[in-house]
Amino acid sequence: MNIVVCMKSVPSSETKVKINSDGVTIEQTDVVFEINPYDEYAIEEAIRAKEAHGGKVTILTLGAATATQNIRKALAMGADEALHLICENAELADSSTIAELLYSAIKEIEYDVIFCGKKAIDCDNHQVPNRLAQLMDIPAVTAISNLELTTESGSAKRNIEGGTELISVNLPALFSAEKGLNEPRYASLPGIMAAKKKPLEERQVSLSNEKLTILSLELPPPKPKGRIVGEGPEAAGELVRILREEAKVI
Amino acid sequence: MAQGILIFAEQREGVLKPSSLEAATLGRELKKEIGGELSVAIIGANSSSLSSEFKQYGVDKVYLADSEELNQYDGERYTALLAEAVSKAQPSVLIIVASAMGKDIAPRVASSLDAGLATDCTDVEVIDGKIIITRPVYAGKALIKLRIDSEFQILSIRPNVFPKKVEGDTDPEVIELQIGEKKNPVSEVQHVKSERPELTEASIIVSGGRGMGGPENFHVTEELADVLGAAVGASRAVVDAGWRPHTEQVGQTGKTVSPNLYIACGISGAIQHLAGMSSSKVIVAINKDAEAPIFKVATYGIVGDLFEVVPKMIEEIKALNS
Repeated sequence: MNIVVCMKSVPSSETKVKINSDGVTIEQTDVVFEINPYDEYAIEEAIRAKEAHGGKVTILTLGAATATQNIRKALAMGADEALHLICENAELADSSTIAELLYSAIKEIEYDVIFCGKKAIDCDNHQVPNRLAQLMDIPAVTAISNLELTTESGSAKRNIEGGTELISVNLPALFSAEKGLNEPRYASLPGIMAAKKKPLEERQVSLSNEKLTILSLELPPPKPKGRIVGEGPEAAGELVRILREEAKVI
Repeated sequence: MAQGILIFAEQREGVLKPSSLEAATLGRELKKEIGGELSVAIIGANSSSLSSEFKQYGVDKVYLADSEELNQYDGERYTALLAEAVSKAQPSVLIIVASAMGKDIAPRVASSLDAGLATDCTDVEVIDGKIIITRPVYAGKALIKLRIDSEFQILSIRPNVFPKKVEGDTDPEVIELQIGEKKNPVSEVQHVKSERPELTEASIIVSGGRGMGGPENFHVTEELADVLGAAVGASRAVVDAGWRPHTEQVGQTGKTVSPNLYIACGISGAIQHLAGMSSSKVIVAINKDAEAPIFKVATYGIVGDLFEVVPKMIEEIKALNS
């Protein structure tokens, strides 16, 4: 079973965002980049599928040159090879352009399954997996929390408001991972050593035909200073009164 | 030249998602600026009766696909039907709610129609006929303003952010859509029985963090949630510890929420958590540690032991309600 995993390198969730003076990008000094958490579930699921059915896992990343270290991490977890589409300033780029670029790369790769994270935690766009599947004309099940995979088909559970859907599709297919799909492994030391020798191809790509234009990037307006109502259970009555009479939210 | 607005009305099992009316209200506002008709696409089993729910939202036309075959959401089929409604209505803007279904269908239909899509928008304006939207990025640590440049523009809106407002009364014309064949069946839909509202739709959320001490203590926050008719949330720490299910996690790697009232119990306020809830209209923090970062975003705070404060709050609210 040949598997492609789309992986993005993103500022860690602990990052304090600061805006550059250009007003459309964030400051990257001191920012720690990690594998997008949802993509980590995708990588883990891909490695498990390879362990069960044989084949190969290819990591496909579009992003800055600095993403290399996270690609090596994915290889250390157990992926076999990687293709890095190097593109600066793609972090918040239009998903339709990103999907097109991934599509042109992926159609040259043999695959049965494509795994993605359900979204990237930087742009929060929630678009690339479905756009990619649409371009490739294969079925997609997004935000899955469970997957039963055979060599012919996949049955996936996805969380919806107040329940789950169970969806079965024939391969080739794309699945995007939700938290809870699995517990991603840590890279082993031999894995880290082996990763250094695994094939990593780099190609330069550039953004074009974006359908969205970034006009500005701003920090959210500061919250007005809050008020400590009091200490301990004695303050509970006053808090409830404020919520009902002043804030009018209960 | 494309004109007008189309709303995707989301329903499950013949019940309209309330946020669809938020989308309709926004659509009616946008129509005033860009002209054309306001239409609604309704897709699903037993859905024809839903068109009446849009009567007071200024809707001119309803594009309807009502068939038993559509009783479960099916991404490919629903996309084909929504795309057909677009080709019939020829709108310049399509509005979808950024729910589980909306997040799935929006990029599908955008890709199939080669349109620009801005997801999870929290503000929308029209400048020179083009839609300018604001949406949170980095889970709300920053706000990005985008212009959608394609001629046909799609946006999904965050539930619970745009107001819904009835105005006037229309009798929309109903146009039936052609239902295509099934490709990938949804074999089963399992509903988790819950008396509580869904996290992303709730107007009040009560969340618990590490300060809850253990999974056995969450009955305290659950009880507060129940007297308020609220949803129950959790911090990443307690989800990762296995105390609460993933579906309850609020934060950058969980759900981003904007309720009217967010009550954080025993949550210190890690950056990734704050990112997911700081757009809530009113935030209440209850924490033993007066220095906890959660108090920086809180509208109201109580410094104290949540196991003393929360039961007292429950008592006070019950007294008010009785």
